[in-house]
Amino acid sequence: MIQIQNVSKWYGNFQVLTDCSTHIAKGEVVVVCGPSGSGKSTLIKCVNGLEPVQQGKIIVNGTQVNDPATDLPKLRSHVGMVFQHFELFPHMSIIQNLAIGQTKVLGRSADEAHERGMKLLDRVGIKMHANKFPGELSGGQQQRVAIARALSMDPICMLFDEPTSALDPEMISEVLDVMVDLANEGMTMMVVTHEMGFARKVAHRVVFMDHGQIVEDAPKEDFFGKPHSDRAQQFLSKILNH
Amino acid sequence: MFNNFDFSVILPSLPYIWEGLMFSFRLTVTAMLGGIIIGTLLALARLSGGKTLGFAAKTYVDLMRSVPLLMMILWFFLLAPFFIKITPETSALITFTLFQAAFYSEIMRAGIQSIPRGQINASFAIGMTYWQTMGYVILPQAFRNMIPVLLTQTFILFQDTSLVYAIGATDLLKAADNTGKLYGRTVEMLIFVSLIYFVICFSLSMFVKYMNKRIAIIR
Repeated sequence: MIQIQNVSKWYGNFQVLTDCSTHIAKGEVVVVCGPSGSGKSTLIKCVNGLEPVQQGKIIVNGTQVNDPATDLPKLRSHVGMVFQHFELFPHMSIIQNLAIGQTKVLGRSADEAHERGMKLLDRVGIKMHANKFPGELSGGQQQRVAIARALSMDPICMLFDEPTSALDPEMISEVLDVMVDLANEGMTMMVVTHEMGFARKVAHRVVFMDHGQIVEDAPKEDFFGKPHSDRAQQFLSKILNH
Repeated sequence: MFNNFDFSVILPSLPYIWEGLMFSFRLTVTAMLGGIIIGTLLALARLSGGKTLGFAAKTYVDLMRSVPLLMMILWFFLLAPFFIKITPETSALITFTLFQAAFYSEIMRAGIQSIPRGQINASFAIGMTYWQTMGYVILPQAFRNMIPVLLTQTFILFQDTSLVYAIGATDLLKAADNTGKLYGRTVEMLIFVSLIYFVICFSLSMFVKYMNKRIAIIR
């Protein structure tokens, strides 16, 4: 579904990604973790072309993302993405946030978009807030709306860029629950997160990054059992002790 | 000296003053709408990242902003007849629109830049194109954020319309000046139009305060 082949990226002279390669099969859940500044968020933003790459290839569902001839809006319309800071549109009500992509990008009728939107809001437990504005909801609720917005486009895979990092601790689980449900339904997911509990629960593979490189790419059992690299061991011992 | 004031000249001159006021309004509204539209396009051109387009827009804005409005009004009025036949009124409408566009563009540029980059990413991520993103996500927020400044600029614009007296276009001030001269009561007429300017600007600013409360985005 997603193939990342020898991807390198520079900001000016500064190299943020070095020769990264990995792949995500249909129905697979891959967690990307690593210390701050290791390039995980940059990598996931490259997958739907929000960030350009200078070397290598990224292929999503058979389409090369970094080919200038690719119709990026069309590709993105079926790759869902959830951001650290939710990024709901603050001037639209919750239901409008879910409808706009459906009507303007997928060309659905307003009624159809509304119906699908309400169904998804019900699913993430926000139906009663449909007519409120994003600013009136808590962080956890906003992030669940953001997931519903991504799902409203009927994506073939979902990208999560640190979806719980900006949340209060007590709101993290309500968001993770939605994500676990999604994973159990067989959604293809690439998740940048520090939530190792989530990784243990639903991930098939864990990718560990450091200094813009993929240091470890292993099935979850291997990663949590006996990571190959010293760097991954250090990282795990630090974050699992808390 | 106040005993010598004769405000009875106001009544007979009202129809003429009204005409002048309507021209001032027309000038303000045209320059505001045209200025905001052209200004927004200029702002988008500057933010587009395109080198030639960005440079052209920046040069235009810098040029317009470094020349006094009165000079622009005079220059355009004096030079335009070499190319087209033009009345002072039309000349004023064009000059004001082009001049205000430069100021509105700077306001819109700040407004667009005040919207976090993440909003653009989120909009792109659901498959919207650049223009859809601007039209549905970025500009509506930028306009809301910028409304106080946009309207303040519009007050300044309304007050500046009085500068067209220099090319003989009949706006509110010119109309008052003309009637004042006709009746030999210039001071009375000037006091009267000052009052009109004040009432209009003051009620507009009340309206802005009200609007601000109504359309503010809840964050």
